[in-house]
Amino acid sequence: MNSDKILKYVLFIASLLILLIAGGMIYSLFRGAIPSFHQFGWKFLISSKWDPTQGREQYGALLFIAGTLFTSILALVIALPMAFSTSLFIGEYFRNTRMAAIVSTFVDLLAGIPSIIYGLWGFYVLRPFIVSIGLSPQGYGIFTSGLILAIMIIPYATSLSNTTIMMVPNELKEAAYSLGATRLEVIWNVILPNARSGITASYVLAFGRALGETLAVTMLIGNANIIPTGLFSTGNTMASVIANQFGEASGLQLSSLIEIGLLLFVITTIINAVGKFIIKKMA
Amino acid sequence: MNEINTTTKPSILSIEDLSIAYDIDKYAVRNVSAKIEKNAITAIMGPSGCGKTTLLRAINRMHELYPNISTKGQIKLYDENIYDMSTIKLRRKIGMVFQRPNPFPTLSIYENVIAGYKLNGIHMKRSERDEIVETSLRDVTLWDEVKNSLHKKGTFLSGGQQQRLCVARALAFKPDVILLDEPTSALDPVSTAKIEDLLVELKKQYTIVLVTHNMSQAARISDNSMFMYLGELIEYEDTKTIFTKPKDPRTEGYLTGKFG
Ligand SMILES: Nc1ncnc2c1ncn2[C@@H]1O[C@H](COP(=O)(O)OP(=O)(O)OP(=O)(O)O)[C@@H](O)[C@H]1O
Ligand SMILES: [Mg+2]
Repeated sequence: MNSDKILKYVLFIASLLILLIAGGMIYSLFRGAIPSFHQFGWKFLISSKWDPTQGREQYGALLFIAGTLFTSILALVIALPMAFSTSLFIGEYFRNTRMAAIVSTFVDLLAGIPSIIYGLWGFYVLRPFIVSIGLSPQGYGIFTSGLILAIMIIPYATSLSNTTIMMVPNELKEAAYSLGATRLEVIWNVILPNARSGITASYVLAFGRALGETLAVTMLIGNANIIPTGLFSTGNTMASVIANQFGEASGLQLSSLIEIGLLLFVITTIINAVGKFIIKKMA
Repeated sequence: MNEINTTTKPSILSIEDLSIAYDIDKYAVRNVSAKIEKNAITAIMGPSGCGKTTLLRAINRMHELYPNISTKGQIKLYDENIYDMSTIKLRRKIGMVFQRPNPFPTLSIYENVIAGYKLNGIHMKRSERDEIVETSLRDVTLWDEVKNSLHKKGTFLSGGQQQRLCVARALAFKPDVILLDEPTSALDPVSTAKIEDLLVELKKQYTIVLVTHNMSQAARISDNSMFMYLGELIEYEDTKTIFTKPKDPRTEGYLTGKFG
């Protein structure tokens, strides 16, 4: 066999392996979730009882779905204006300046920090701060988690939106300036409409990331199995309950955790697909 | 300083000892003085990098979009120094057409024509808008081609049609002057001929300043011609004179294709 052929086989096997791993993962999630499917059916989605007591075991995902959505939506709401301003700063106002380069470096830096660091910082700095300004007695809960999630997703949303903002052709901006438009009018009427899909996609992908984020949220949300009742209520998320309970769980409880995992997998896949679709359509 | 005064005909713009540098002491335009004739086509020629675009963009202050640029001297529109005017007001009086057609891709043909009004937040009655759109498109002889697809995106048009749309967009404000920077260099010969005919027609109502690399284009349609070299205005005459009896050897060299 010549080396070309060998290379081809190696590449083929490597790609096949990826497919097998992904397929195997989905398969085992499904298999693991079967007992829970059988026991609770679709009611699993709308029940918020999570009771592992022997004899009256009962599991439902609603409160975790609620916790996940609340924290992620809050994160998006906080991150959106921040990411938007930062991307305009880097991609338009201070484009190609030293200042933009510095800010952009820091954005990349934030994106590269492991989530455990965010968790630690949130736990030892952000949480006590929230207590000290009297927002919440312990500092755990939806608000703190949402805030830390927001900080984590800002760099993602920023770097993608700023790329699309920079991609808006200079000729179009010049056309607008030559018609007497001001900077603000150019941003509003030229940059935003032309970068809209990229900016939207960046938020969708950032949202997807917030949904699955585990560690930092687990450290801050309070891990209370209740449907959150307000901004400062504690709660739990899909990712956090899995992280907290998988070690001691077995039987139906484990199967239910796996079903939550499957749900999370499906939701994040859909969100990512939507984001990628928007980007594709734009290109 | 090359004080060149070609014409005794009425002028609309007066460029007075204008120098422009992109960076400290790197001059792209040096001590240029010239009067631009009203209702005429003035061509700016010269080899690549000689400062044609820079000079043209200085006339509606588009050159100020570059951050470190410095400008000395002045340009008067009628009697008003344009560097004392607001750029918003100035650019409505002095419109611009670019080298590559650049209609707004998110807007329809109709919206592209009145984009200037929309950008500036000027509200008008439906009938006024329709009127402006129709006259502007008629002025650029595009009306018959697009009147049934006004609400389609402008980017579906051919390159030549897009460029005429861009001219229409510049005309919508009824400016005094239209600046064009090599407007036909991205177009095929047929579209180029249409734009040229159009410019000749438009000079009845507007004053036109045209940067061109194409000497035969300048010879065909312009009334006056400037020849620039290394940022300086070497020669400025009526087009016939400059093409038949150039005074400066550099002008002659360029026009006969010896360099450029
Ligand atoms: N944005 C810029 N920053 C720095 N220097 C520039 C910039 N634009 C142009 N220049 C320089 O200014 C000089 C004049 O450029 P200009 O674009 O006005 O020439 P031009 O005659 O229009 O050339 P062309 O025929 O190639 O379009 C050139 O030396 C060019 O390198
Ligand atoms: Mg040029």
